[in-house]
Amino acid sequence: MKRRISRFCMYFFLTLGAVIMLFPFFWMFSSAFKTTQEINKFPPQWLPGHLSLDNFRRAFAMAPFAKYFFNSVFVMVCSVGLTTFTTILAAFAFSRLRFPGRKLIFSLLLSLMMIPFEMLIITNYSTIVDLGLWDTLIALILPFTSSIFYTYILKGFFDSVSDSLYWSARIDGSSNWRYLWKVMVPMARPSLTTIILLNALASWNSFMWPMYVISSDKNRTLPWGLQVFTTEAGSYPELLMAASTVVVLPVIILFLFARKYIVRGVARGGLKG
Amino acid sequence: MRVVLDHVTKRFADVTAVSEFSATLEDGELVSLLGPSGCGKSTLLNMLSGILPVSGGRIYFDDQDVTGMPPEKRGIGLVFQNYALYPHMTVMGNICFPLETQRVPKAERIERANEIARLVHVDMLMNRKPSELSGGQQQRVAIARALVKNPRLLLLDEPLSNLDARLRLEMREEIRRIQQRTGVTTIFVTHDQEEALSISDRIVLMKAGVLQQNDLPQSLYNEPANQFVADFLGNPPINNLPGTVEDGAFVAADGKARCALPMLAGVENGRNVNLSVRSESFVLDENGPMACEVTRVYQMGKEEMAYLTFGGTDFRAYIDSEEGLRKGDAVRLSLKRRGVFLFDRETGERIR
Repeated sequence: MKRRISRFCMYFFLTLGAVIMLFPFFWMFSSAFKTTQEINKFPPQWLPGHLSLDNFRRAFAMAPFAKYFFNSVFVMVCSVGLTTFTTILAAFAFSRLRFPGRKLIFSLLLSLMMIPFEMLIITNYSTIVDLGLWDTLIALILPFTSSIFYTYILKGFFDSVSDSLYWSARIDGSSNWRYLWKVMVPMARPSLTTIILLNALASWNSFMWPMYVISSDKNRTLPWGLQVFTTEAGSYPELLMAASTVVVLPVIILFLFARKYIVRGVARGGLKG
Repeated sequence: MRVVLDHVTKRFADVTAVSEFSATLEDGELVSLLGPSGCGKSTLLNMLSGILPVSGGRIYFDDQDVTGMPPEKRGIGLVFQNYALYPHMTVMGNICFPLETQRVPKAERIERANEIARLVHVDMLMNRKPSELSGGQQQRVAIARALVKNPRLLLLDEPLSNLDARLRLEMREEIRRIQQRTGVTTIFVTHDQEEALSISDRIVLMKAGVLQQNDLPQSLYNEPANQFVADFLGNPPINNLPGTVEDGAFVAADGKARCALPMLAGVENGRNVNLSVRSESFVLDENGPMACEVTRVYQMGKEEMAYLTFGGTDFRAYIDSEEGLRKGDAVRLSLKRRGVFLFDRETGERIR
């Protein structure tokens, strides 16, 4: 009996939490299909009268969302690709190669994680301006081509791999390079999947940095473009909802597919071996 | 291939792990590197494979000096204690891996992998992952991977220590069979004397980084070079009776019990020695020189294990007796020629 009550309470609060979390998303989706009259009705109308993609068409006509979408994808692919590459190399170097100052350099890098992103924005901004990259897509990629945090996670995994695997490969004639790509990287696939997904989400949702370094419409990414669109389409909440849906949907789909890996990777990251 | 170790030394910071080690291993031999854990045998193996650089001395494979050569150039196969199989590859992928680095064409790779897999009996498991194999099967795959590139030298680092007792026995025979079929010179590191005695052509016994004896298995047991070798080999362990030598007789630690032994003839008076006797080298003999008292008797099926005391020192002996000994009996023993040694108590040197 006691167990039943505790189970009931557990499910009750979980359901309540889920409803509270999901409601804004539900409202966004449903409003994206409503007409202007329907959205302004009081008491509110829960579901649209009929499904029409009209709002999407109008929103896309008012702002180049396709361009924003392409920019977001381009920046995400480049930055995630480069970050993953540098992370793999750095993690391997710090985990396996022996060079003077290895531990010191790694500690220094780790201590950099203490510096908040907001502080880096100032120096990064002046660097980007000095390089003449202001208002280019490269400005969105260049500061995000390495990550100390992901390096730290991956190094943790590399450290847990037995030395004997390395020496086996070396004796079998593998170079460090071949060992890294043929043995370590395939073995680290779960950790790498997590890193790539987290990184992709961060890149996709990145808002503050694009706001500082991008001004022209053609170089905006989705979140920043949406922000600008808000001021332009402020009087058409249904269009805003349609645009928001376009921004959020890919992330939700990605998350649904990769949920397993994200949870597994984060859970594993804390454990050794 | 002949392997020559010439005064090989390895120093870590302030510890000397291997000291002035010299030995020659003949072509096609299976040699065990035996010793208690921490004696430097794995360090020695790692220097042979090139994983660890030497601090001094030279290593030769046949007439080639390989001392400074990187591991991949030495033409060796190595099997680690934990097998070190690549977990994301199938058995086939694992066995083919060394051939891929050598740029062997794919068709030949597969053919050679299948051939070696048949030899070690894993040919039905080629598409499995290492996690789907038993310990013994993983062991076989590791050996196949080490052998597929036709190494000049096969190194096995405690390959049986992760297996259960029954499998260990089986794999021991297997390693011997595979080694004899391929004829590859093999070095087998172990701390298990029984393993070493049963499969090796020769045993190299080490202690604290120093070579103790390099000999045939039976010679190691029958003719130990020093106290350590005598103590290390044999189950039950050898009996050590401390005492001194006086006019060709052994005087026990209590100063009273004594026995005249022909082997003491040339030994100087007053020397502190250990009279070391294997448990099977005692004979019940009315006219024997040793007067002992029985303290306990264990029935062990076909024979009896007696605990006796001589001059205040307890020892164990297998006694073949018709009437059966009992606690408190006074008996006389004589010693066989085999399995009786005299060691200097200070230096551990054998006195011959």
